[in-house]
Amino acid sequence: MAIIVDKNTKVVVQGLTGKEGSFHAKQCLQYGTQVVAGVTPGKGGQVWSDDEGKYNLPVFNTVEEAVRETGANTSLIFVPPPFAADAIVEAADAGVKTIICITEGIPVRDMMYVKDYLKKEHTDVILVGPNCPGVITPGQAKVGIMPGHIFKPGSIGIVSRSGTLTYEAAYQITKEGLGQSTAVGIGGDPVPGLTHKDVIEMFQEDPETDAILLIGEIGGTMEEEAAKYIKEHVNKPVFAYIAGITAPPGKRMGHAGAIITGGKGDAKSKMEALREAGVIVIENPALIGKTIREHLSNPEVMAEWD
Amino acid sequence: MKLHEHQAKEIFAKYGIPVPEGKTAFTLEQAKEIAEELGEFPLVVKAQVHCGGRGKAGGVKIVKNMEELEEAVSSLLGKTLKTFQCPDGKPVTRVLIEKATNIDKEFYAAVTLDRSKSKPVLMASAAGGMEIEEIVKENPDAIIIETIDPELGLMPYQARKMAFKLGLPVKETAKILLKMWEIYRDLDASLVEINPLVLTKEGKVVALDAKMDIDDNSLFRHPALAELEDEEQLPLQEREAKKYNLNYVKLNGNIGCMVNGAGLAMTTMDIVKLAGGEPANFLDVGGGANVEQIANAFRILMGDSDVKVVFINIFGGILRVDRLARGIIEASKRVEIRVPIVARLEGTNAEEGRKLLLESGLNIIPVKDMWEGAQKAVELAKNAEGSC
Repeated sequence: MAIIVDKNTKVVVQGLTGKEGSFHAKQCLQYGTQVVAGVTPGKGGQVWSDDEGKYNLPVFNTVEEAVRETGANTSLIFVPPPFAADAIVEAADAGVKTIICITEGIPVRDMMYVKDYLKKEHTDVILVGPNCPGVITPGQAKVGIMPGHIFKPGSIGIVSRSGTLTYEAAYQITKEGLGQSTAVGIGGDPVPGLTHKDVIEMFQEDPETDAILLIGEIGGTMEEEAAKYIKEHVNKPVFAYIAGITAPPGKRMGHAGAIITGGKGDAKSKMEALREAGVIVIENPALIGKTIREHLSNPEVMAEWD
Repeated sequence: MKLHEHQAKEIFAKYGIPVPEGKTAFTLEQAKEIAEELGEFPLVVKAQVHCGGRGKAGGVKIVKNMEELEEAVSSLLGKTLKTFQCPDGKPVTRVLIEKATNIDKEFYAAVTLDRSKSKPVLMASAAGGMEIEEIVKENPDAIIIETIDPELGLMPYQARKMAFKLGLPVKETAKILLKMWEIYRDLDASLVEINPLVLTKEGKVVALDAKMDIDDNSLFRHPALAELEDEEQLPLQEREAKKYNLNYVKLNGNIGCMVNGAGLAMTTMDIVKLAGGEPANFLDVGGGANVEQIANAFRILMGDSDVKVVFINIFGGILRVDRLARGIIEASKRVEIRVPIVARLEGTNAEEGRKLLLESGLNIIPVKDMWEGAQKAVELAKNAEGSC
């Protein structure tokens, strides 16, 4: 099962012929993901090959054609920021139900319109990102830019606003002898597709996920909203790490969305809300994997969730 | 990107939002000319800095004659203004000189993004003049909020409703609020704020202050706005970092951090603090850090005299750690590094990377995880401070 992507995922890469698109399409193919097509307007009819000539994919002018010809059901977007909103809407209008947008630097206004449009016209479309590493279901499909080898099939679901921090956490979990059901990078932008809450809802319903790790950071109120949901609906153990306890207000910490504004979005209030919802908040980021293993192997602790 | 008050007011005026009559001076001579042009006293001299709390810090002065004007302008121009929000201060390179307004009542109004709804909101309060943070904390109910549908935009009824609630002249106020939305939308603003929006004794509604932030990601379609950026308002190292496409934020500690990825960079600051130290900065060298970027990052960190030790925290993913280690060695040859370096390298080919560093003969201390690295860095920083 897992969530969002699995062995039945068939990927069309929008922006396949660009440098990023080419590099990561190859990485996804090497991982075993079914990448079936690429879209680059004006290059339809060409055949894309990776730098070693190992993989070949048909390139289409439109997503619509790619879907019709190859049965692609998931789009992976590497289109540059000025054109990314257009690419997302094109994928949705072409009937793609899962859209994963890697692009960093899309204007907030564009994403606001896109999100509003999807909410009104395509309620069944899942948008992950933008400004995210993508989604991986270890052993089944990697649809994104994460290093596949640090992930191992397992039962911990990860949802995170940060790329490298996801890798860090996944690596720690893997080193502890555990693995991940699915890891979802929801991205660091102020207007994301899926939110923490959305993904936690999916993990709660996923029989292959036994525990959930939420990686949050300063800015916005997504973690607080997730906490509210967890309190009311989640009976699986949830762990959380929140980055940015030392971040000063009003300063953007790399991610467009990582900023404390108007007295909202600091790490402390997020941690408090999560703790209040029964989440195990991990304060030392070097101990994410260890804390999870210790809790999951302690029957007394686990009894609390039964 | 932040705009200055005078820049925001010029945009307001263009859209038809009433602002006090005034002009911006970069020199004392210009200031005097402007005062003569305005032809009356009292005038208000306002330091133009990207920082709140300006009034309380003496950055706004009311002057009754030319002599007072000269004194006020001289006391501000070329000086650094420290406010509670910016304890390190911001340079004052320009002042806005305006006709004084007879204030009857002060209000707050802003258009910004409600991130939980992914929609813009119009917010207003009768508790004007206070920072929004204070209003939120002390009396959140005093804030009136109207959610804006992105497709429809702010509807006139919403603007009227708000004006009625605030008890302001409805027609004038609604027009101002609608224009604020138009500015927000047209210019890809992330914030359009008027604080205070005032009702004058003459019964007019005027934007006494103006604050605008523009979405950096949208600047490709607003070249004219991009040119308004006043880089001098950024700390020197942040300006340098921007040139090299590095994400850097100066903090007050003495442990320089160099990390790949924004989330891990924040985490590194946090773990330094957890280990009992103080981070000197946030620095994200990007997911694919190369030799050039590492060298530039070192240059910036070494430019901060507070830095007593550098803590490198790299998680190599697709980017191999051995290659990164070579980058660090190469960069350390190009930039003089006067402090010890604690390096935590993890991920693909980490073993090889650590070995390379050990054999390089550089003052680099490899550590096996983030926690050990943070503790080591804190220890070294304390030793360095102690020996001074």
